[in-house]
Amino acid sequence: MSAEADLEPPLLEVKNLSARFRMGKVDMLAIRRVDLEIRRREVLGIIGESGSGKSVTGLSILRLLPEHALVAADQLRFDGQELLPLSDEAFRELRGTHLAMVFQDPVGAFNPAKSIGWHLDRIIARAATRANRQGVDLTQDANRWLSDVGIAQPERILPLYPHQLSGGMLQRTLIALSAALQPDLLIADEPTTNLDNIVERQIIGLFRRLKDKLGSAIIFITHDISLAAGLCDRIAVMYAGEIVETGPAETLFRNPTHPYTIGLIETSRQLDERGGRLKEIPGELPSGSHRPRGCLFAPRCGFAAEACRAAPPANIALSPNHSVRCVRYG
Amino acid sequence: MAEQSQTLIEVSRLVVSFAQSGGSGMFHAVDDVSLKVARGEVVGLVGESGSGKTTLAKTILRLYKPAAGTLQFEGCDITRLGEKALRPIRRQMQMVFQDPLSSFNPRVRIGDAVALPLRLHKPGPAHQIQSKVQDLLSRVGLGPQFAARYPHEMSGGQLQRVAVARALAVEPRLIVADEAVSKLDVSVRAQILNLLRDVQSATGVALLFITHDLRVARYLCDRIGVMFFGRLVEVGATADVFSNPRHPYTRALLSTLDDDDGGGLAALAPPAPASSGCRYRSRCPIARSDCAAHRPELQAVGDTHTVACPYVLSD
Amino acid sequence: MAVLLRTLWSNRTARAGVIIVGLFLLAISVGGALMPYSATDMDFLNLLTPPAWTHPFGTDSFGRDVLTRVLLGGRVSLAISVTGVSLAAIIGIPAGLAAAWYGNPIDQLLMRCADLLFAFPSFVLALFLMVVLGFGVTNVILAIALVYVPIFARLARNLALTVREEAYVQAARLMGQSTARILGREILPNIMAPIMVQASISIAFGVIIEAGLSFLGLGVQPPTPSLGVIMADGREYFNQGPWVLTLAGLFISFGLLGLNLLGDGLRDLTDPKLREKTTS
Repeated sequence: MSAEADLEPPLLEVKNLSARFRMGKVDMLAIRRVDLEIRRREVLGIIGESGSGKSVTGLSILRLLPEHALVAADQLRFDGQELLPLSDEAFRELRGTHLAMVFQDPVGAFNPAKSIGWHLDRIIARAATRANRQGVDLTQDANRWLSDVGIAQPERILPLYPHQLSGGMLQRTLIALSAALQPDLLIADEPTTNLDNIVERQIIGLFRRLKDKLGSAIIFITHDISLAAGLCDRIAVMYAGEIVETGPAETLFRNPTHPYTIGLIETSRQLDERGGRLKEIPGELPSGSHRPRGCLFAPRCGFAAEACRAAPPANIALSPNHSVRCVRYG
Repeated sequence: MAEQSQTLIEVSRLVVSFAQSGGSGMFHAVDDVSLKVARGEVVGLVGESGSGKTTLAKTILRLYKPAAGTLQFEGCDITRLGEKALRPIRRQMQMVFQDPLSSFNPRVRIGDAVALPLRLHKPGPAHQIQSKVQDLLSRVGLGPQFAARYPHEMSGGQLQRVAVARALAVEPRLIVADEAVSKLDVSVRAQILNLLRDVQSATGVALLFITHDLRVARYLCDRIGVMFFGRLVEVGATADVFSNPRHPYTRALLSTLDDDDGGGLAALAPPAPASSGCRYRSRCPIARSDCAAHRPELQAVGDTHTVACPYVLSD
Repeated sequence: MAVLLRTLWSNRTARAGVIIVGLFLLAISVGGALMPYSATDMDFLNLLTPPAWTHPFGTDSFGRDVLTRVLLGGRVSLAISVTGVSLAAIIGIPAGLAAAWYGNPIDQLLMRCADLLFAFPSFVLALFLMVVLGFGVTNVILAIALVYVPIFARLARNLALTVREEAYVQAARLMGQSTARILGREILPNIMAPIMVQASISIAFGVIIEAGLSFLGLGVQPPTPSLGVIMADGREYFNQGPWVLTLAGLFISFGLLGLNLLGDGLRDLTDPKLREKTTS
């Protein structure tokens, strides 16, 4: 155990989280065996491709999955409180104050009949009440949060309505809103995928400031491993609904152990060295109906052996904070 | 300098305009752009969303009508050709789209989708077309069993392979790839990039590769054009542009490749670019008063390197 | 076709529609021939007899068997409606596709014409046309067609406008496909689902328009039976023989119910994405 870990209990502790969707008579397993821990002042990256279950993980934690989803966990503890037994009402209260989420598509997050300023004022007032701050200048605060996401002349957009903003602007505004809430835990699901590189970097800078200044914990969900590298303290790599490797970002980049992580990092690195063929990860993600029996990555894995196809691999701790789901390390 | 006969496409002073969404006036999605693409060359167009790179490419394919300027394909002026006159030229220019699923008619089996361009341009007996289809599919790494599938039964990566096969069917001189890998999963993206590269070197087709991902552009392209709000601000060999970017916008873009904090970037993204003179001047750290006066033209800063800013011509 | 029927069967609404429409079509296509009477056989010993075994729908004021007349009349009405709606589709769909593809000024022109026809309630428009065109079966068909041309044109145009921007249509243009082929093979099949729904609903209402016009004496002329003619007859002696009007009316309602159910089911099923869900 590292000294840091001894000092402070994790803000969020997830053990054996699973989510399945009822599809007619059969259940479709979206995620299983997901263990996560995140502390204050920490950014945890969840990296995965579409269908890897990274978004479902975030939505399960925040109880935002649709009705026909079944979420189960041995433990889902936030700030010392078990989340699963909470009533929907109590959960909503928590979600509006201590927990927040930024989605890839911002449109649904806004009330179309209210101005941008209305949205920001409400959030800022709520955050101020919670922090017992008096005499907050709403407009000034709103301007500050908006300029933090790279919106120049923010006073210009305060009176506008959501439909009058472009997708990129709306996304930035949504990130500003979530930041203004000053949540303990912010889950950001591909928040910059629809933005261009320059704005993306600004948003990353904003997340970093949120973490440093406010001590927020951030779960940053992305498919872009190089983006995660620049922001995250720790990284969990998801594949086909499971976390296959988790560890400090540095360790993972310098010394990836799961063949899938190795493949992702090599591809990303090779893009920086022009010339030569990129190393491919052959094949495709398993579809919902054709899940391999053993290791989910075995069909695409260069190291796959008999044992890999026989049974799902256990989670193996390589060090106190680095673990991998691969039989090669058993 | 490229010989005239080596030039595949020559775009000169091209303007493409659309009616403004508010209904008032026109807005120039592509504003006075000149660009040459040589045979067999891989040219990348980079820039933020809304910079006009897709519009430029689709206009080169004459999916849009230009408002002004000229467009030459193999020395032949196609600026104003009608749909019918374009047809024979069209087969020499193909496109791979961003969204693999929507680039296929949902009701047509993959085999038929690939066979169609063959039937239109190289009619032959059915069995011959069938074997050509299988051949094309295998060139993009797909087995013959895929011919019987419908688009929605395939993954994005597989469909993008089919899109390449369909483009290759007519043996084009130019393939435009519009963000062709940006909707694909990371682990599949490398497969498609390798495929495009293999196909390019095997057939010598010119590739116009549109992307917002600078690393992908650097990996794949011989030459890069950087676009900002409808204008080309810098064009040059990939190595030159990346190692020695001149235009302040290119520099800002490239700085995002470094892993350091984007702290100093806050000033870089005001929402509205300037409406006159140099459009970048409202974000530009080296803007001067006369930037508002006239629009900077591309000027040479090296053998093949041009930049649209008069203040960065020397190092 | 077999696949379509099987998938239709898996949807409850569509299944009910298929059964009802199937029974309805079977009844009016062969039912009339199976009846021991003809539509014009008069039996002066049995005028206006209430429903009984020998005459399940009773007889009318000429002693004609009402069931036989309804079955044969249904066939006439349906044939008129189907012909009229088909004519409307044949004219309206290409017009709509052309408007969407070529844009202005063709679009403006066609859509303004459509707006003009749209401005009138459909039955009023049909009535007006009958007055202009004159009475008779052919003119009923023309009236129904003219009522539905703008509906098909506008529907096809709006659907084609969205599909037109799809990447696969641009790919087809780049492939050098002719405009006719793009419209017919790339665009039309992908907008057929809502058009089929519109067509089945239009046929249902076409039957009503026919019945209405004939009921007013403007359409099919006696003694040719059509649903409208039968009901018009039935109304005259409603006090003595209420079954004629009532049973003929119920018969029409039954067929319309089936057509509407089928239309709803078709909408769900002809979309290939939905089709995948229901079969897998």
